[in-house]
Amino acid sequence: MTLVYVDNVHKAFGDLEVLKGINLSVAQGEVVAIIGRSGSGKSTLLRCLNQLEKHDSGKITIADKQLDAASMSPKELSENVGMVFQSFNLFPHKTVGENVCLAPLVVRGEGKTEVEKIAREVLEKVGLSDKYDSYPAQLSGGQQQRVAIARALAMRPKVLLCDEVTSALDPELVGEVLRVLEALAAEGMTLILVTHEMGFARDVADRVVFMHQGRIHEEGAPSELFSNPQTPELKQFISAVL
Amino acid sequence: MGPTLDFLTLLPYASELLQGLTTTVMLTVVTTLTGLTLAVAVAYLRVNGQPWVRWGLSGYVEVTRNTPFIVQLFFIFFGLPGLGIKIDAITAAFIAMTLNLAAYSAEILRAGISATAKGQLEAGRALGMTTLQSYRHVVLVPAFARVYPALISQSIIVMLGSAVVSQISVFDLTYAANFIQSRNFRSFEVYLLITLVYLLLAFGMRRSFMLVGKRVFAYQQGEQR
Repeated sequence: MTLVYVDNVHKAFGDLEVLKGINLSVAQGEVVAIIGRSGSGKSTLLRCLNQLEKHDSGKITIADKQLDAASMSPKELSENVGMVFQSFNLFPHKTVGENVCLAPLVVRGEGKTEVEKIAREVLEKVGLSDKYDSYPAQLSGGQQQRVAIARALAMRPKVLLCDEVTSALDPELVGEVLRVLEALAAEGMTLILVTHEMGFARDVADRVVFMHQGRIHEEGAPSELFSNPQTPELKQFISAVL
Repeated sequence: MGPTLDFLTLLPYASELLQGLTTTVMLTVVTTLTGLTLAVAVAYLRVNGQPWVRWGLSGYVEVTRNTPFIVQLFFIFFGLPGLGIKIDAITAAFIAMTLNLAAYSAEILRAGISATAKGQLEAGRALGMTTLQSYRHVVLVPAFARVYPALISQSIIVMLGSAVVSQISVFDLTYAANFIQSRNFRSFEVYLLITLVYLLLAFGMRRSFMLVGKRVFAYQQGEQR
């Protein structure tokens, strides 16, 4: 079943055309890794998927519902699409528990006891149930990113977008975050990740999408794509990063 | 015989001094609360309001920041009755001080808000929050924390500036001093005394603000690593 469907999406910033007609469909439960050079449009594509950037033309649907201001409210959008950022973006003045509870309380308007129960569940899932009352500044980068994942999960999105979620981490902290994502993938969560972790893309992703100059240049199963790249651009990219 | 200091001559006027002190403290406490609250609204609307709202508020902020406080006070107390709006002295003092503090603080807060990482607002949006919800729950406290020292100073400046309200015969601390020295001619003693009182008020205010800040911004303590 197709969960995310991207049809001929274009996006330009002024004269700079960043997305030049993207077509992509992601099935429920699929894990898709988007790779490519910086400036190839991968983050912009991800940000279009939760409308942090509005696409200029084309169509994006999530669970058969079109994704634009007219057909989907911010609340509804947040219940469909969750996002984890490179720089965590935790709320520094709120405890871990409050970070996780905020959106379900404020946006979904759910009851406090119910929300706290969900918060403890998702924090358990990322292995941080003992940090419920800590402030973000008291946590390591890896722990902060896991809280950010839990915060996104608390809205129970259908798909989770991850924008280079390990790029701001010290190398020894990358593993703990990737393990959480791997566990989510194993549970059947739909994940779309922009990543520079080629090992992770190869091991966990069902499909790898290589973007180049605003287009999807090549895509396929990670085993094929990495061992037998078809285009010179991908060959060059792979030899540069591996 | 040189000049002598005789503070005992002030004793019969203790009740006037106390009344003046009470008025000054009361005016300060109330206008600090109303002024800072109004500043939050002004700062928010100057960024997110309709164009005409933004335009109007810039006008208010610029006029307030570029004219003398005493003129603002006189305009409200003596000028507005010309339009048929009659206000008693204490209300005029309250309005003038609130508007003055709000204009300056709104600018200070705006700096704090714009220094808030764009990522924080995006995280709010990605979680489905409206702009207003993001400001309320995500932006406001860290923005306040960032510019808190400047807000403390501004509030103290307005407290000290409140001495001017004696000019429209509000019975504040300065008015009490003027009143006393016109009766007993002990201007040195009485002004020395109220100078000390203002000094203590300023210290006390800074201290109370710090205590509140320590509680409200407790989250920052973990950051000092």
